[in-house]
Amino acid sequence: MNSKYETVIGLEIHAELATESKLFCRCKVGFGAEANTQTCPICLGMPGVLPVLNERALEYTIRAALALNCEIPPYSKFDRKNYFYPDLPKGYQISQLHLPFSQNGYVEFDLERERKKVGITRVHLEEDAGKLVHTGVSNSSNMSYVDFNRSCIPLIEIVGEPDLRSPAEAIAYMRAVKEILEYVGVSHCNMEQGQLRADLNVSLRPRGSSEYGTRTEVKNMNSFRSILAALEYEVERQAQVLDSGGSVEQETLLFDEERGITMSMRNKEEAHDYRYFPEPDLVPFEIDATWVEQLRSDLPELPLQRRERLQREYGLSADDALALAATRQMADYYEACVSLSGQAKECANWVRGDLSALLNETGQTIELCRATPQHLADMLSLIQSGAISGKIAKTVLEKMFHTGRDAKSIVEAEGLTQISDEDQIAAIIDDVIDSHPGPADDVRNGRLKAIGFLVGQVMKATQGKANPRLVNELLRAKLLG
Amino acid sequence: MELFRLTAHELHDKLRAGEITSVEITQSVLERINAVDSKIQAYVTVVEELALEQARIVDVHLRDGDPLPLLAGIPVSLKDLICTKGIPTTCSSRILQDFVPPYDATVAQKLNDQQIVMLGKLNMDEFAMGSSTENSAFMVTRNPWDLERIPGGSSGGAAAAIAADAAICALGSDTGGSIRQPAALCGIVGMKPTYGRVSRYGLVAFASSLDQIGPLTKDVTDCAWMLNAICGHDPMDSTSVNLPVPDFTQSLVQDIEDLRIGIPDEYFIEGMESDVERRVREAIAELEGLGAQVVRVSLPHSEYAVATYYIIAPAEASANLARYDGVRYGFRAEETTDLIDMYKKTRSKGFGSEVKRRIMLGTYALSSGFYDAYYLKAQKVRTLIKQDFDEAFEQVDVIVAPTSPTGAFKIGEKVDDPLQMYLSDILTIPANLAGLPGISIPCGLTLQNLPVGLQIVGKPFDEETVLRTAYTYEQNTDHHKQRPTLE
Repeated sequence: MNSKYETVIGLEIHAELATESKLFCRCKVGFGAEANTQTCPICLGMPGVLPVLNERALEYTIRAALALNCEIPPYSKFDRKNYFYPDLPKGYQISQLHLPFSQNGYVEFDLERERKKVGITRVHLEEDAGKLVHTGVSNSSNMSYVDFNRSCIPLIEIVGEPDLRSPAEAIAYMRAVKEILEYVGVSHCNMEQGQLRADLNVSLRPRGSSEYGTRTEVKNMNSFRSILAALEYEVERQAQVLDSGGSVEQETLLFDEERGITMSMRNKEEAHDYRYFPEPDLVPFEIDATWVEQLRSDLPELPLQRRERLQREYGLSADDALALAATRQMADYYEACVSLSGQAKECANWVRGDLSALLNETGQTIELCRATPQHLADMLSLIQSGAISGKIAKTVLEKMFHTGRDAKSIVEAEGLTQISDEDQIAAIIDDVIDSHPGPADDVRNGRLKAIGFLVGQVMKATQGKANPRLVNELLRAKLLG
Repeated sequence: MELFRLTAHELHDKLRAGEITSVEITQSVLERINAVDSKIQAYVTVVEELALEQARIVDVHLRDGDPLPLLAGIPVSLKDLICTKGIPTTCSSRILQDFVPPYDATVAQKLNDQQIVMLGKLNMDEFAMGSSTENSAFMVTRNPWDLERIPGGSSGGAAAAIAADAAICALGSDTGGSIRQPAALCGIVGMKPTYGRVSRYGLVAFASSLDQIGPLTKDVTDCAWMLNAICGHDPMDSTSVNLPVPDFTQSLVQDIEDLRIGIPDEYFIEGMESDVERRVREAIAELEGLGAQVVRVSLPHSEYAVATYYIIAPAEASANLARYDGVRYGFRAEETTDLIDMYKKTRSKGFGSEVKRRIMLGTYALSSGFYDAYYLKAQKVRTLIKQDFDEAFEQVDVIVAPTSPTGAFKIGEKVDDPLQMYLSDILTIPANLAGLPGISIPCGLTLQNLPVGLQIVGKPFDEETVLRTAYTYEQNTDHHKQRPTLE
């Protein structure tokens, strides 16, 4: 990256709220339904229909705003944002310009061991538009269809201050916001389904300058990978423009994922005049301060605080805390395991390690995991008591995960109990020494490396069930006296 | 007996006495429509079969002695911007010419609950934009008092139909006088309730903060009956007010003893026809004679009302009419090259010139750089106009004034002069800006034998005093019994 310039990035994040019904009508919200089956005269913008606010969407907006440390003004209203597009059934979007539901917040997060704080200008509530479906090969087809299932789904727009100084920081910020929204349970944030999207505002300025450079805006990004790619491309492109003595043009851009480049959508002259004005079909809202305080006190512990507490209470490393508190459900699961087993570090290893791997493999979420915290705690106590080895435990966990049976019954049914009977192990050791005299002599002659081989042979002979500590002890006693 | 000449309450009495049937009433009015509508052109759609079917059902209930709502079996017609499930709702616009709503407006539903007989849909200025019904895309409705003249607007079809006895009761909408002005010009009763009193759900929006549905009827009693049927909070309309609705028939009493009536100086404007002023002054004297106290009041910001209205209403309209884009329903222009071309051709061909004029006015007023000077300023003036009324209502119970400065004018007289046309609503617009209830009742004829309307405006949600004043006046005069001779 060109060090002459400082990168300035601000994100506008759109998150679909996880309400059961739409923002201004009673239609169900659900992904993947047949086109235009989740619609009614209101979300289709038929003549004469009127919007009525879904109170749950308001509650979710306030919850999100409080979690993002925003102020909630006592008085708020909606505005109409006017533009023509086939996916916008009324020819205007009901949004908020003046008097949004919240403003002046911030988000804190850690990036490479450093605490960052990014300002939130506002969090406002608005309705989503429908979706255009083009048929045939692009450019050759002149047919487009509109699916209005998404029309009128509640969206919050989180407008961030231009406080981000690198693409990596922007990604970390977006992850932090995503985690917070998931923690407070207001959005599923499924980026593949378009539930979380961002507009990227990028500009450069000479290092040391306090004035902002001309910015460009990359619209409608919905994966971390492409956000990073678009930001890196745009920073580099603007640097080249500036280096060659040119000036950056203020424009709205689209990111071409395949080619990895940004392309102009419209320039400053073509920018929309949205002609905002107060929505006359919805009366202004007075937000009850007592209600807001109630919502505030009902907020769960947020990711940053939870990580700090996990480190403090359980002596976890920062890395462990980062991974285990990635979602509220994961952290809940972890803490449940600890409280049942009393083994904080072991729980962290198993949850972060084998369990997370299984979740990733199967695409499952932890809240639906069939291996419960109780199962995991039972498994840990079997390890602790020496009933099974750590190696066997991996198999046990996998079986618990897939079947939902508890550790003890798996161990019993599969005959996985560790052999800790000294006589039994001693007999097997004798057999192994007899059939591998060479390595046995090596050990007797002080070449201790060969012990590993012999231990391995004993484990093999017992299908891994022999207690490896005992095997080691007994072998040494036998060969080295 | 010519049943079509009767009022709803007269027909109700005969129905309940078993003297007549709903089918007889319905047939009578349908025959009247057949006889006169070719002259006045009030109806866009007549649903004859549906009407007779509904009438038959009511007659069965009557015969069985089932309990029925007051308006059961009475034919009602609706201005063609009130959505009716399965019945075309055109707004007298080419762009909605073939539009059949899959839903009922809340008021249509409420009338169905009353088991009224739906007769049909009435002509209007396209999207309620106009004061003469000349802006209909389909036809010009004529004033039954003089077929060379306009019936007023925008609910001109409704007013003309009532005046011509081609409907018993009707619902219209009033954004700047669109019920009261045509009621005045056609010599009937028309009322705009307080903003928020009647649900706007299913009323095709012109200017959302001003639109209000109300009845057009032959007398004040029918008006009260219709109000009882349509008023009330609606969870589907956030701007409808959750207040208890009184029984408006309780206001049908002759009692204005000591009622304080305010006469605003500003409403007797220059250019007002002298006959109009004379009839209104006589009516005020009549009210005084009936025991009311007449007080001069001032509404100093009235002179800005028309200018304010022509910022706010077009601004809201410019957004409200954006949905007519040819994408989902209604008219779509053919042979278009791309999306923008489709938008342009659809809206150019689908809308009439007055609608386009107002969309442009509103778009301009909301544009970046002009918003503060126009829209915001207009909202501030609107507040001042409201305050004028608040102050006046500290001294008086109702305000009485002419409804329209002139009688019905000639067809074509003002079509080329929008500003003159806009001034036609100069005396009705302030009540919309302030959200107040207002009624127009007949108070005599000009020398040209054209009706003059007396306007009574009340405090917010005080329709009762307005009705009581109107009823007292009506019961002591015969103006409401005068009907045009159409034959």
